[in-house]
Amino acid sequence: MDEWYSLRKLKLARIKRFLSAFVLYSILILLTMPIVLMYLMLFLQSISDELIGLIPRRLTLENWYFLANGYIKVPGTAGTYYPNFYLVAFNTFLLAITVGCLEVLLASLAGYAISRYKFKGRSQLLALILILHSFPGITLLIALFYVLNMIGLYDTLIGVLIVKVALDLPLGIWIMKGFFDGVSWDIEMSALVDGCNRLQAWWKVVLPSVRNGLMAVLIFGFLSGWSEFIYVLTFISSQKYWTLSMLVKALTSEEFVYVSPGVTAVAAVLYMIPVVLFFLFAQKYLLRIQIAGKGAL
Amino acid sequence: MVKVKLVDLHKYFGKVKAVVGLNLTIDDGEFVALLGPSGCGKTTTLLMIAGIYKPTKGYIYFDDVIVNDLPPKDRNIGMVFQSYALYPHMTVFDNIAFPLKLRKEPKQEIRKKVREVAELLQISELLDRKPGQLSGGQQQRVALARALVKEPNLFLMDEPLSNLDAKLRVTMRAELKRLQKQLGITTIYVTHDQVEAMTMADRIAILNKGILQQVGRPEELYDKPANLFVAGFIGSPPMNFVECSLNQKGDDYFLEGEGINLKVNREIGKIIVSSGVSELILGVRPEDLEIGRAPDTQSITGEVYVLEPLGRDVIVNVKVGNNMLKVLAPQGFKASPGEKVALKLKMERMHIFDKRSGKAIV
Repeated sequence: MDEWYSLRKLKLARIKRFLSAFVLYSILILLTMPIVLMYLMLFLQSISDELIGLIPRRLTLENWYFLANGYIKVPGTAGTYYPNFYLVAFNTFLLAITVGCLEVLLASLAGYAISRYKFKGRSQLLALILILHSFPGITLLIALFYVLNMIGLYDTLIGVLIVKVALDLPLGIWIMKGFFDGVSWDIEMSALVDGCNRLQAWWKVVLPSVRNGLMAVLIFGFLSGWSEFIYVLTFISSQKYWTLSMLVKALTSEEFVYVSPGVTAVAAVLYMIPVVLFFLFAQKYLLRIQIAGKGAL
Repeated sequence: MVKVKLVDLHKYFGKVKAVVGLNLTIDDGEFVALLGPSGCGKTTTLLMIAGIYKPTKGYIYFDDVIVNDLPPKDRNIGMVFQSYALYPHMTVFDNIAFPLKLRKEPKQEIRKKVREVAELLQISELLDRKPGQLSGGQQQRVALARALVKEPNLFLMDEPLSNLDAKLRVTMRAELKRLQKQLGITTIYVTHDQVEAMTMADRIAILNKGILQQVGRPEELYDKPANLFVAGFIGSPPMNFVECSLNQKGDDYFLEGEGINLKVNREIGKIIVSSGVSELILGVRPEDLEIGRAPDTQSITGEVYVLEPLGRDVIVNVKVGNNMLKVLAPQGFKASPGEKVALKLKMERMHIFDKRSGKAIV
């Protein structure tokens, strides 16, 4: 009698588990479906001439032909209304990599100083950094416009670079300070006794110990620069300084003339690919940071 | 090899006086332990000798040369930290070779020296591994190798055995002592474990709250402690302390206190009287008390409280007045709680301290 009862209980438990899994998965699918469909549509659009719902009318690669010379052709005209794709891609890459590198340099120097030296106002500075991080950059748009104009950096990528780095630094410094806190004094002292001066100790022993932090800041900086839109939109007026975000926006809003949605989709996919690749490559590092904690290698 | 002399050394961190008025000489080839509880200033002293902290006042001499302003890298010292401080991103080989690489020695030389030192410490098979892949004992030997590879004049160690398990600690104590004798390098060893200091050091310097309490050979500190602190710190189980005072009855002197009526011989009595101190503390080690049942003028009467068998001996806790005394009895000793016993002590093994200053009188 007991056996039958416990078997029934087991079956009930199994059914319960199945049902809860079913409900959970349904909710998940419902929530992620729109995004998945969006990306699916993007890909299909880029390889078809016309998309009816999710079904391409005809599969073609003609949307990709503009990559031959980088100039996006506008049907019915001979002119080039949009800047060269390769120039724009180069701008984007240049901006992203300099934002990343500059951030790593400044954040590691500042993070080290804040972590190691006790100076007056240190805790206030740390609190200020935290507040700055949560500051919405958008509210500064008009003020920055005036400032950049005054120093003559309006309509330059350097202007955008400075603004981006300045607004991303608080997070970068916070991350690096955290990593430096995890490097014990013993290691530095040991390096000094072994024959280093202060700078050598920093370069040869301390920095390698925070490699994960440096990578994290570089990755975040790169991605931040790569996806930058608002500041480029506001502070850049010449087409030759456009980044991919500007190009895609122009194509989608049909700024100048009509351009086929297929070509727009191609531009978007190309904009997206480096980010996906970066994530796949950097995921190992980011996961290591998550699991192993700061400082562990 | 080098002789180290500390003259009137002070180190203040703002208002905190970490080291006060330290005078100490460490001879060439000597193994000196800096012993004391946490926060007594021993690590601070070590770091000043290493050059990482600058003394607030006073001088440090290496062989009659003042080295106060000499940076650590120029002092030719090898140092082992409690946490070993191995460089996690380098292999064991690179860790050991690091000081030599900084000196820009040729690759062949480096390889030879690293292999020699690795063999000495029996870590030759670990040279390709990273510190994270080693056990505690192995990491410690790598730290030792790194300190020794540059053939330093001075060897500094900051509680290197604290992070090892008890069994390994006992083995490594003997190993380190033998190594030091073999290489003959002047060594300064910081520890809070008096057993380590007693077994390893040629001389021990005991510190408390930044002040040097006593310096001398282990036997000296054990037999003739200079004050209450040293007496209570050295020896396990620690010395028993009982408050008492001296009373003269005719030609005889008696130490009287709670449950105590001890006759002391005339020389000792005269010394105590001439010191002018009235409030005394009697100190006697558990191993110097003999437990028996017949009380006389040479014994302290008390009541058995509890027995702690150790296998080799038995620690008997005896209540004397309001004090609890620990007595070391031979294996097999039996008594029940509440039993009255007499504790006999030998005159030569007795210590008398001034209650107020803590200094030893006899």
